[in-house]
Amino acid sequence: MMDGSKGFDDALTGEQKIRNFNINFGPQHPAAHGVLRLVLELDGEVVERCDPHIGLLHRGTEKLMESRTYLQNLPYFDRLDYVAPMNQEHAWCLAIEKLCKVEVPRRASLIRVLYSEIGRVLNHLLNVTTQAMDVGALTPPLWGFEEREKLMIFYERACGARLHAAYFRPGGVHQDLPDDLLDDIEEWTHTFPNVLDDLDGLLTENRIFKQRNADIGIVTEEEILEWGFSGVMVRGSGLAWDLRRAQPYECYDEFDFQIPVGKNGDCYDRYLCRMAEMRESVKIIRQAIAKLREATGDVLARGKLTPPKRGEMKTSMEALIHHFKLYTEGFHVPEGEVYCAVEAPKGEFGVYLVADGSNKPYRAKLRAPGFLHLQAMDHVAGGHQLADVAAIIGTMDVVFGEIDR
Amino acid sequence: MSDAMHELGELIASTRQECVRSWDVTHGELNIDVALSNIVPFVEWLKTNPNCRFSSLVDITAVDYPGRKKRFDVVYHFLSMYQNQRIRLRLQVREEDMVPSIVSVHPSANWFEREVFDMFGILFSGHPDLRRILTDYGFRGYPLRKDFPTTGYTEVRYDEAQKRVVYEPVSLVQEYRQFDFMSPWEGAEYILPGDEKKEEAS
Repeated sequence: MMDGSKGFDDALTGEQKIRNFNINFGPQHPAAHGVLRLVLELDGEVVERCDPHIGLLHRGTEKLMESRTYLQNLPYFDRLDYVAPMNQEHAWCLAIEKLCKVEVPRRASLIRVLYSEIGRVLNHLLNVTTQAMDVGALTPPLWGFEEREKLMIFYERACGARLHAAYFRPGGVHQDLPDDLLDDIEEWTHTFPNVLDDLDGLLTENRIFKQRNADIGIVTEEEILEWGFSGVMVRGSGLAWDLRRAQPYECYDEFDFQIPVGKNGDCYDRYLCRMAEMRESVKIIRQAIAKLREATGDVLARGKLTPPKRGEMKTSMEALIHHFKLYTEGFHVPEGEVYCAVEAPKGEFGVYLVADGSNKPYRAKLRAPGFLHLQAMDHVAGGHQLADVAAIIGTMDVVFGEIDR
Repeated sequence: MSDAMHELGELIASTRQECVRSWDVTHGELNIDVALSNIVPFVEWLKTNPNCRFSSLVDITAVDYPGRKKRFDVVYHFLSMYQNQRIRLRLQVREEDMVPSIVSVHPSANWFEREVFDMFGILFSGHPDLRRILTDYGFRGYPLRKDFPTTGYTEVRYDEAQKRVVYEPVSLVQEYRQFDFMSPWEGAEYILPGDEKKEEAS
């Protein structure tokens, strides 16, 4: 018998008997969404073990923050999750405001909500469409990025930068929004649902997309708790946990929006959640614009934390001194420690701030949602096929700016 | 909100007296100082007790206070999605202390503990895989300690002759600038060379 039915064990050396295959996924793989290096141990095409090596984008943000003033630290937050920059700044501002006990003016608060939701749409558009690209669809990213471009122009018109905004400031937002910008954003909220419908038409009932995503990367309630998931990773499994609703910050409690949840907790449900969340964000944006039209007023809580008005500086010596001191020495934050979290598009983004009463943070820890999601990679991807790894990384929504810090 | 927090603090302090060294509610957040040896059973109790159910680990980090005898604070944040509460546990740790790992209770502590080890050099006993996580392969030193310079000790560049990346000691073209903007009226201590009169006067 030469058909191999009794096996070829006798001809194999010890080295040949090792059947598992180790491969490097990344760090330069388009589906790795940045600089992720996965060391995968494969049994045939099935993933046995997955060891993510992170830190290739480590910039030492937390260390740098200890030697800079609170205001100088703000732009670092844009560079964490660079897909939705303002949401991160928000957490930093909230932490400082909590320690300083500063009340943000209503108009500023509404602007923050408006731009946080724009950030959420920015993020979900990128995530949904590039995840679709990872599983083989090319058109969605082309359509999605067109909308992202429009949103980044709204960013630019508010603060002058398309990505690294530095727009939210402790005590409010940097500058007021012009009325025609509000009009344009509102106009966009009327055209955007059509784009979402188009994307829906491309993906939701697409057979390939469903085959690649349904029943892949299923996450149960127990796993959520065990691995500390947040954001869509939780909601995709049917838990309606959203910090905007559960622990409202800013003025989210006065907005009317739904929290979409999934049922099966697989990649497909998380995709559906993200699509639904974008529609909810559009609803919030519309409400915020309506409220902003009524709430005219200052956008900064005038005081020690914020610069004086330009006009005042021209006439008052005290204001001039204040301006100079604020931008050189910076403001002092009273001693204490706080943890402030926001519902960033990727999940719970938190800042743990230890202040020692000086003008620099003594220690700031940035809690990135992607860090915990990626940590569970070994657990979630184990037993799946190699091709599913790309789909799972996509659905976890990892961005290395925030994971590696 | 803060009433419920006080109640919860009372409850935890009274039922787990041996673990809780002190507790307080500041800035609307519940802080508990825990003794080092009790951390694992205490975290497990917090996770399972029906009044607490702090089943999600949010964060583990550390803070360096070089002036203190117990140099580090290891800080744990937990969240209860069921009671909608947050809690912070603080642990004072000496430089040579081993902190019991809570990976057995919360698997998500794995990377957080690796990060704390990487950044502060705090060892966790019972951790399955205590490797460095964020820094370079073969990195030395603990960057987030206060005595580690922000610039680090080594820098890398691509060497055209050797055709590979080489590590070299940091050489700065210009000294690292650490400005002190503190106002002299607000407690900044300036060391003026040759200012002996000040000492004599005091």
